[in-house]
Order: sequence, then structure tokens, then C-alpha cells
Amino acid sequence: MTQALEDLGAHIRGSMTNAVTAHAVSVGELTLEVRADDIATVIKFLRDDPRCKFTTLIDICGSDYPQRGKRFDVVYHLLSMQLNHRIRIKIQTDENTPVASIVGIFPCADWFEREAFDMYGILFSGHPDLRRILTDYGFEGFPLRKDFPMSGHVEVRYDSEQQRVVYEPVKLPQAFRNFDFLSPWEGMNLPGDEKAGSAEKAKP
Amino acid sequence: MADDLSSAVPAPAEEKRTFTINFGPQHPAAHGVLRLVLELDGEVVERVDPHIGLLHRGTEKLIEYKTYLQAIPYFDRLDYVAPMNQEHAFCLAIERLAGIEVPRRASIIRVLYSEIGRILSHLLNVTTQAMDVGALTPPLWGFEEREKLMVFYERASGSRLHANYFRPGGVHQDLPPALIEDIEVWADQFPGKVRDIEGLLTGNRIFKQRNVDIGVVTQEDALKWGFSGVLVRGSGMAWDLRRSQPYEIYSELDFKIPLGKNGDCYDRYLCRVEEMYESTKIIKQCCELLRKTPGPVMPEHSKYAPPRRAEMKSSMEALIHHFKLYTEGFHVPAGEAYAMVEAPKGEFGVYLVADGTNKPYRVKIRAPGFPHLNAMDYLCKGHMLADVSAVLGSLDIVFGEIDR
Repeated sequence: MTQALEDLGAHIRGSMTNAVTAHAVSVGELTLEVRADDIATVIKFLRDDPRCKFTTLIDICGSDYPQRGKRFDVVYHLLSMQLNHRIRIKIQTDENTPVASIVGIFPCADWFEREAFDMYGILFSGHPDLRRILTDYGFEGFPLRKDFPMSGHVEVRYDSEQQRVVYEPVKLPQAFRNFDFLSPWEGMNLPGDEKAGSAEKAKP
Repeated sequence: MADDLSSAVPAPAEEKRTFTINFGPQHPAAHGVLRLVLELDGEVVERVDPHIGLLHRGTEKLIEYKTYLQAIPYFDRLDYVAPMNQEHAFCLAIERLAGIEVPRRASIIRVLYSEIGRILSHLLNVTTQAMDVGALTPPLWGFEEREKLMVFYERASGSRLHANYFRPGGVHQDLPPALIEDIEVWADQFPGKVRDIEGLLTGNRIFKQRNVDIGVVTQEDALKWGFSGVLVRGSGMAWDLRRSQPYEIYSELDFKIPLGKNGDCYDRYLCRVEEMYESTKIIKQCCELLRKTPGPVMPEHSKYAPPRRAEMKSSMEALIHHFKLYTEGFHVPAGEAYAMVEAPKGEFGVYLVADGTNKPYRVKIRAPGFPHLNAMDYLCKGHMLADVSAVLGSLDIVFGEIDR
């Protein structure tokens, strides 16, 4: 299984040397890293190539790494029902650089891209209708970004005097308590630890 | 005189006026809180614009702030008619990244409860689809059976709906023998109940008039729109993750994958009914296997499972381990995994990015209903207004998982 995926990865990389920058198989899953400009070409190739036949788009999602220059990952998951294999494609982008939309290749990308836009503010060029999808009408901000607070900025309630729903800044009697339970000892290298590891390695 | 008038007013017959109506958010056939903006030409649907997100709770954000064990209950609240199937996908993702081995007995219990979840979901869907097109009795009969199944949920996990029963590595607790016996007794009588419901619907003239040839999905379109589950099987494609990418013990079980022929709402109904019979068969096989397979339901002496109560009374390490597991939680090695299960509604997937700490860095929940609802516009275009609720019913929409 892993070998088949490895071969498939090499095949795709060989066919699209400019676009695909890396491929790897880990925990039985094939991941391609692709240059953001070429995403549409790569997806189209994966759909039409007889050795790939990734005809179902499973998912598109964003992921945020604020410490990076290009802070967002856009992750595509594809499935081939004919050949029974899966692939993951990752590209990187930032807040201002739009990614080419793949609605023309897979119509179901429509809502997935709208969701990525809604949650992270990732822009998709060529999308027919890039509106917010899951958040409230008139919502501001991008909730899944790491710098967006978990409790949000506004809360809503029905105001019986004004006879309508009103938006107010969040007031919490007690702030969300994010305890740090992480053990300070874990991941720490105490003097002498390296000997314990090497002894075990030497045993078999 | 007449000539003057006709030159002043442009011919009105040519102008097309569409009529826009709101379907929902509070509509009994909207299956939750869905607002459909329908553009109608007379009674013919021209365009459908589903507005979703009215039940958005930010599950994915919340999970990023919880330890792995604390995140499991959020999965019950996604597709709340088949809670354990969702937990299953999340547990599989963690197990794949951390390399946890699941004991065989736990695998069997998971399959058993996944199939109970499938029946729970299909019972709700089949009967409410009937209600959407005008029948009232099927839901009453179906819900009686659902009630019994939820009692099985309660007897295993302590709660009827939000089970929180699956754990990375297995399930929380073993099943008592009496429960297995009762499930078997229930499984013996259940096919009769499905036949009763079928007697009301399968040959019913009104039900067929409302569903046959409505919302036809071709194989090509099923691929294009990212469909999964009954939506592809109803169109005649033999794709079921339990068979094609088997997990747990599905590869050893004897069951069939029912396929539709025409891909319309009626075929999808038939597929679901047949799947209920097949699931009952699986449940019986699991009960049989459980009786023959004693053993633990969580890995023993593992970092990912709590120690036994008795052990904690005498062992300091076990006590510390228990305390650390439920405060700090376990660490999942850095990496990413996409794990999926064949949920009742289609492929339910969890894309998990772990950064080596005790909390997930990113969890993306791939709900099967999301792409299905996305195709509403394509499915309903050209149909009558009354068909919208039939199509919606056959898509098997639950807002918990679509809005997340």
C-alpha cells in the first residue's frame, strides 16, 4: 500500500516537475506540496490522468500558522473511487494572495472554498460567489485564525424593550481559563538521558 | 386608437418575472434550521440558494482549545442522530497518528454500535422523508424502534444521545452480557418492524408519485458534486468504505451493499431500507462474536488508556498516570492524518493536525451532508416547489454536522 502510494507520488511529481515541490507518504497517506499558482493545473491533472483518476473532491480546508510568512495552508483531499486511493495536496498562501478557485473543475468546491474564506479569510480568485457561509449575517473577523479569541468579540441576545436581537461586546463574568497542564519535564533533556536511550538501542 | 396603445406599452408576455420565497429557517420539512431562498417561475424552481450556518457553534475552534479526550463529546453533537459514528472517525484519526492498537473486543463493540447508529439514522431519515411527502404513521412506528436503540446507547454509555463512549484505543467500558442478549433479541424482531414500515411506503402510490424520478443523480454528477454514501449507491456505484477501505472488523463480516438503479429519491429510500436489514445482520454477527471474544476493551498498560481502578489503589505510578491522563491528557505525535468512516449519511472524515502537544492543532470535520446540500441548486432546478422537500428529505440532512 505504502509502496503503491510512493510510486504514485513519484509518478505525479515526474509528470509535473515544476508544480509539485515535494511528496511524502506518512501514516499510509500521500501528501503533495504544490506551488500555489499551479493548484488548478495540478487538480485537473489528478482528475484526468489515468493513473490518478481522483474524480471526487472530498474536502478543502484552511489551516493557520501565524508564525510563518505565508501563514495559511490550503489543504485539498481527493479520492478516486475507481482506483481506490486518496491524496492530500497542500499549498501555502497569505491573507492577500488569492488562490485560484477550482469550482470549474469540481463544482462542489463552491462551498468548501466559501467556508475557507469565511473561517480564515483565504481569497479564491475566479470563485463565482465568495460570500460568508457559516457565520452570522454581518459577522466580522475570521474565527478560525489563531489570533481570533475563542470566546469571540460579540454576543447576541433578544432585547424585549427594543423588540429585536441586539449585538453587544462579549462580557464574561469569568474569562475562559486555559490551564497549562503541560508537564515541564516532558521533552526536556536531562543530563544522562541520552545514555538511557542508547542503552535500549544497543540491546537488540 | 388600438394602434396607439400597443406602441406605448411593450409586450408584457415576453417579460419573465420570478418570485422569491423563503423556505425556512423554521419549516418542518427543513430538517432543522435551513433557510432556502427559492426563486420560482410559477411553481417551477429556477434557483435555490441555501443559507446555512444558523446552527454554527464553532466546534472546530472549540476543539483546538480542548485536550483530545475532552474533544470527543463535541463529535456527538455533530450528527446527533448517529453520535457514535462521528466519535469513531476522530478516534481512528488519533489512533493512526499515535499508532494505538485497538483490542479485538473493542473493535467488535465499535462496529456493533456504529451499526446501531446507522439504523438510528436511517430510521429517522426514511420515516421523516415519508412525513415530508405526507405520511404520518411511519415516524410514529420508526421512533418506537429508535427509542429502544437509544436505551442500548444508555446501557452502554450512560446517556441516550451524547454517548461519549468511544475512546482512542477502544471503548470506555465493556458491555454487560445481559445487554448483548437484549440487543440480539431486539435484532430478531427488528426486520419485521422494517417490513411493517415498508408495507406503508414501498408500494404506496402517493409515496411513489412523490419520489420516483425526482432528484435524479447520474453517476457522473455524483462524482462531480463530491457525493458519498447513499447518494452514490443510489446511483448504482458500489462504493462503501466498509467494503472498499475496510476498518475495524468489517472485512470479516458478511453483509451486502445495496445499490440503486435510477439515482432518484425513491431508489435512495430503497437503499436505506435495505441497509437497515444488512445492519441488523451485522449486529447479530457482532453479538455472536462478542460472546466468543472475551478480553479487554482498552489497551492495557498504555499511555492512552486509564489504569484499572484496582491498580490505582496499590500502585503510585498508576495513580499518577490516571491524574495526568485526565488533567494534562495524552500527547499525540506531530503529524497529520485523515481518517474516515462510512457514516449513515456518507463519508464522515476528520482531518487532524497534531503538533505533539496535548491538544489538536487543527481539526477539520468533513461532514457528508455539506457537499450534498451544496448540490441542492443542481438537484432542484426545473423541479416543482413541492419536490424541494422530497429532495431535501432524501439527501438526509442534519444540521448539527453541516453547520458544525
